[in-house]
Amino acid sequence: MAGESEQSDGDLEPGPKPGEVVKRHRLSTRLWHWTNALAIVILLMSGLSIFNAHPRLYWGSYGANADTPWLEITGEGTRGFVRIGSTEITTTGVLGRWRDENGDTSTRAFPSWATIPGYYSLAIGRLWHFFFAWVLVLAGLSYWIWSFANRHIQRDLAPRRSELKPSHIWHDIKDHARLRFPTGAAALRYNILQKTSYLLVLFVLLPLIVLTGLTMSPSMDAAWPWLLDIFGGRQSARSIHFICAFLIAAFILVHLVMVVLAGPVNEIRSMITGRFRLPGKREERAAPPRHPEFAEEQAQ
Amino acid sequence: MSKLITTRRKLIAGLGSSVLLAGCDSWSRSPGFQDVLASAEGLTRRAQRTITNREALAREFSAADLSPNFRANGSRTADSDAYRAMLANNFADFRLRVDGLVSRPLSLSLAELRAMPRRTQITRHDCVEGWSAIGQWTGVPLSRLLDLAGLRDSANYIVFHCADTYGSQGRPYYESIDLIDAFHPQTILAYDMNGQQLPERHGAPLRARVERQLGYKHAKYVTRLEAVASLDGIHGGKGGYWEDNGAYAWYAGI
Repeated sequence: MAGESEQSDGDLEPGPKPGEVVKRHRLSTRLWHWTNALAIVILLMSGLSIFNAHPRLYWGSYGANADTPWLEITGEGTRGFVRIGSTEITTTGVLGRWRDENGDTSTRAFPSWATIPGYYSLAIGRLWHFFFAWVLVLAGLSYWIWSFANRHIQRDLAPRRSELKPSHIWHDIKDHARLRFPTGAAALRYNILQKTSYLLVLFVLLPLIVLTGLTMSPSMDAAWPWLLDIFGGRQSARSIHFICAFLIAAFILVHLVMVVLAGPVNEIRSMITGRFRLPGKREERAAPPRHPEFAEEQAQ
Repeated sequence: MSKLITTRRKLIAGLGSSVLLAGCDSWSRSPGFQDVLASAEGLTRRAQRTITNREALAREFSAADLSPNFRANGSRTADSDAYRAMLANNFADFRLRVDGLVSRPLSLSLAELRAMPRRTQITRHDCVEGWSAIGQWTGVPLSRLLDLAGLRDSANYIVFHCADTYGSQGRPYYESIDLIDAFHPQTILAYDMNGQQLPERHGAPLRARVERQLGYKHAKYVTRLEAVASLDGIHGGKGGYWEDNGAYAWYAGI
């Protein structure tokens, strides 16, 4: 990576300089990223279709209409609401009771704009879900193997000892909160919060969501009964599956916000072509200099 | 100004997402694309069959684990005069027919079925919708009936023909399984549920239990078992009511 840059006078730090275009993401990472993005969006939306068939979650082995759910999304009268335990949150218009694009009122849990298909069909939702579940699993396994083999995970994602110091983590949290993103060559490395969230998604959420998905399969439960033991029963697995999906959706949201804040064109290009323009100094990016002489002063 | 931008953003986002969703929906409705998506079903079936021992049992529970209230779903009765008459005299005239590709077609009364070797199991019933209920089932192992009837080598599937109809068109309910599931030790025709005679809403007098598959495979009000080589000629040809009428997968192991 650093080989592409030229050294210049007065530059104490070797390596690429701000403004320079460098190779950032490997082909395997880029391919996986976009395959995964497509699969995950379809899985989330078709998953909401499936959830709509029985919008209640339980803990334990069994759970149906006569049993008490820990979460329910439903409509009552003219009101839509989410009930978690004994707390009810009114969500009329979005969850539990909403209007579709034709203006018709529906009392399904998730609205048509959030589901695949946009009309209610459990069977078609399942077709989409189980096709793209294979895409997610096969692409994910290939990425795992490939990224261990080319040391992407060990080199770029594994936190270094120094990064795990509470003071370093706290510093990074403060930088994020102030939206102070790394500039120059430092922007090529993942920071500790990024590493932690990517590792959580890669090695906790994705495996959990696949395994809890399998636990909902009666055939898999016969093949691998330990699945039921580790998740505490099929309905618990269904609940954990939903919670993981929610966390993955939250990750995507934060991820997209960070991409927008860090410079969407450069970030998206780097994930398509692999090429990334190193961000310049914070002050220069924040606002164009009003006084040319001031800017010159700063550059020295 | 900022309001204008928000509106424009909303418009772009709205247009973008509705074009995307409309695309998904027209694909969802296209039989060709449904077939593409459904190709994963064969992969799932083969993958699951590869890692599962043929005889691997679904987990059995104890009486303490029973659902307090086992939900009845689908047909809650078989709405015909013939069924009402049978129900009225407690199925004294009921006959289970076993025919198709068998050497010795059978016609068995409920008393005869009850006199045969039985299996009792407390298992979890998983509906395709997502809910589960635990119940205790007692009945005749399907393998026993098939052995009695002498299954021919050409048979590949067992079809459950039922007394109930479903949907606004009143189409007959039916289901089918392959021989791996037909000879599985937990595949039974249940006549008792939770220690009582099988209630009307749960499929009296006989309900199939296919414990490694979802609820719609567990046909209720079973009146006839037919051994067939292919599912093509049976009703819609896809092997079950929901497979014919709702794009549900024939293999309901997931």
